[in-house]
Amino acid sequence: MKFETRLLNFEAAPGDRCKPVATPIYQTATFRQESAVEFGDYDYSRSGNPTRAVLESQIAELEGGQRAFCFASGMAAITAVTRLLHPGDEIVACDDLYGGTFRLFSRILKGRGIDTRYVDFDQDIESAISPRTRLVYLETPTNPLLKIVDIRAAAELAHRHGALLCVDNSTMSPYLQNPLALGADIVVHSATKFLCGHSDVTAGAVVVNDPKVAEDLYLIQNGEGAGLGPFDSFLLLRGLKTLALRLDRQQQNALRIADFLSQHAKVSRVHYPGLPDHPGRERHLAQTRGAGSVVSFETGSFAVSQQIAEATRIFNITVSFGSVNSSISLPVCMSHASIPPEVRARKFLPQDLVRLSVGIENVDDLIADLDQALASASPVIEEEQIAAD
Amino acid sequence: MSFDLDLFSTSVIHAGLSADPATGALLTPIYQSTTYLQEAVGVHKGFTYSRADNPTVAALERALGALEGTPPAVCFATGMAAISALFLSILKSGDHAVISDVVYGGTVRLFQQILNGVGISASFVDTSRPEEVERAVTPETRIVFIETPANPTLKLTDIAAIARVTKRAGILLAVDNTFLTPVLQRPLELGADISVLSTTKYIEGHNATVGGSIATKDQALIDRLRLVRKTLGCIQSPLESWITLRGLKTLPVRMQRHSENAATVARWLEQHPSVERVYYPGLESFPQKELADRQQALPGGMLSFELRGGTEVGIAVMNSVKLCALAENLGAVETLITHPASMTHADVPAETRAAIGISDGLVRLSVGLENPRDLIADLDEAFRAAASRSKASQQAGTERRDACAAAD
Repeated sequence: MKFETRLLNFEAAPGDRCKPVATPIYQTATFRQESAVEFGDYDYSRSGNPTRAVLESQIAELEGGQRAFCFASGMAAITAVTRLLHPGDEIVACDDLYGGTFRLFSRILKGRGIDTRYVDFDQDIESAISPRTRLVYLETPTNPLLKIVDIRAAAELAHRHGALLCVDNSTMSPYLQNPLALGADIVVHSATKFLCGHSDVTAGAVVVNDPKVAEDLYLIQNGEGAGLGPFDSFLLLRGLKTLALRLDRQQQNALRIADFLSQHAKVSRVHYPGLPDHPGRERHLAQTRGAGSVVSFETGSFAVSQQIAEATRIFNITVSFGSVNSSISLPVCMSHASIPPEVRARKFLPQDLVRLSVGIENVDDLIADLDQALASASPVIEEEQIAAD
Repeated sequence: MSFDLDLFSTSVIHAGLSADPATGALLTPIYQSTTYLQEAVGVHKGFTYSRADNPTVAALERALGALEGTPPAVCFATGMAAISALFLSILKSGDHAVISDVVYGGTVRLFQQILNGVGISASFVDTSRPEEVERAVTPETRIVFIETPANPTLKLTDIAAIARVTKRAGILLAVDNTFLTPVLQRPLELGADISVLSTTKYIEGHNATVGGSIATKDQALIDRLRLVRKTLGCIQSPLESWITLRGLKTLPVRMQRHSENAATVARWLEQHPSVERVYYPGLESFPQKELADRQQALPGGMLSFELRGGTEVGIAVMNSVKLCALAENLGAVETLITHPASMTHADVPAETRAAIGISDGLVRLSVGLENPRDLIADLDEAFRAAASRSKASQQAGTERRDACAAAD
């Protein structure tokens, strides 16, 4: 069955006599037991809930994994993965990372016995690996510079050193990229993004193949209690159904927008894997089925970038990405604000970077919106010159 | 058709909706609240009691109004609630309505089993022939109500032509636009007064909730509809409005894909030896193709067909499909297959069904968003299974006959 069919053809309500086509929302905390000494399939929603179970099964299937676990947010999912490590273990992570992930690694895990080394995965990763490395962690395309990392090569490297590879697949979704098939051990998603697609749920997912890792993750989900609730699971299940359709349109729109920006005088650089000159494009095409719909660009001036973001009318200034609504943000002030300035500078996260998440609105409307916003933005320095004259 | 459905891709996401002023929340909150604190007696923000009005319902109403090109729509708990409220807003005892003969069974049931009890009558006529409509209008007629494409035979009615008849007669024209939605067909721009939707179908699109809406530019009618709704108590719940609003955001891309997929499946069905006839506005063989091209942006996602071997084979096929879901409803992301004679149109008297082309062997297909190749494979397999079952039972029948003949 093709991917878009698999999105719709799954057991929505296993064992349910009524056979509803949409999964029921089991908005219940507890389940009655027949026996006082033996449990049935469900006893308490922290440990397992039928709506969440259908969702987890479907996400696993779409990623080609054995088991999936859904959490209250992407960060809860990533945190659960890091619980597989023990004090003394090390993480080697790519240096272009979502700010929240950086914060987890550098302010919560550090000081609790788990250190992280950040490497530009284009350079020499291997030298950062030590006998204590237990987890190699990467995003590709990275957020927000859209740098491409070779998943297969990273997997081989990690395995050679007895470490697991975890890939954050949020910018692609399983429709475009399947890290498990490329050798990764763990895939994480901020399901808030493309999977849900409608800006209405925060959720996270972890997908694995190895049964022992799965067992450990279940212990964490149950023991720490951050599993996704039934109503949110229902909304996520519903959003998933149009994943392929939404992404098809989002990518079409994103390419047109990236082209438009590439030719604009006020734009100094565009980052988008769909553009012919994007670094790592060949590598990206070899491991994915599309360029996605996150586009970043630089203007050379923070003031200009800010003006553009505040002048758009259809692109809302919001964090997050992957929704049917188009959005615009300045990562330096928003999604990556939790990365300290000296670290941001070291990894060349430009202050003037503007990140677009392209939605499914009419592309002509979107381009017209960017056009008027760009037109209205003027470099501060010009005004100073005019004043000086 | 002259308009591009992509015109609406932006408005379905943004029109009528703005970030919550208090918190900036991008999406309208679910105001799951029955009542609202009043600042002083009679001083409030327009919301007093959720049977009358609710902010989440209002957000959906604004978005639908923007899509239809009218003031905010009036939203109801179901399509039938919307239709019932519409007729109760317009018709009094002794009044009369003219309705398409091929129409959703619930509409027929409303008139024949409920409104008839309060002295309201209806004539069901072939509205694809405007002269029939003209002939059916009496001095007591207040409204003409049409479905196009009609459920389930896909028969079309020329909206503009009927609008000319109703305007001359000084009566209202309502169009149930559920099969196409305002992104594929715009009745109000063709002269109709009222656009009716079962939002249960394509608008919400994910089998998650029932709902209905009425849109019109006539403010007096809008006010009357809100009064009737408040009195009968059939407003949509806040959560269901919110869910419907969420579905609306992907309406244009879904309708485009539904229509592409349906066209692919219809073409395949048409050339299949097991299929007697296919009804789909996108096929060259469709008798009203010219009208479809003129009145609709795309043919849509609905089709129906008759199988050779009639009812028995039709039922066998529906019982054999695995990917297509044998279920009521239409306009969902999942493909749904339905038997009108026993399901959606069971309440239409059998003779009437026969007269309007709803044979016992008619199969209705609401084509979803799966890959059409997978749907075709599923139908192909089901046809095979039905054919061999029918051959087996024919065989058994022959053997029984032979055995009986031998026994005589």
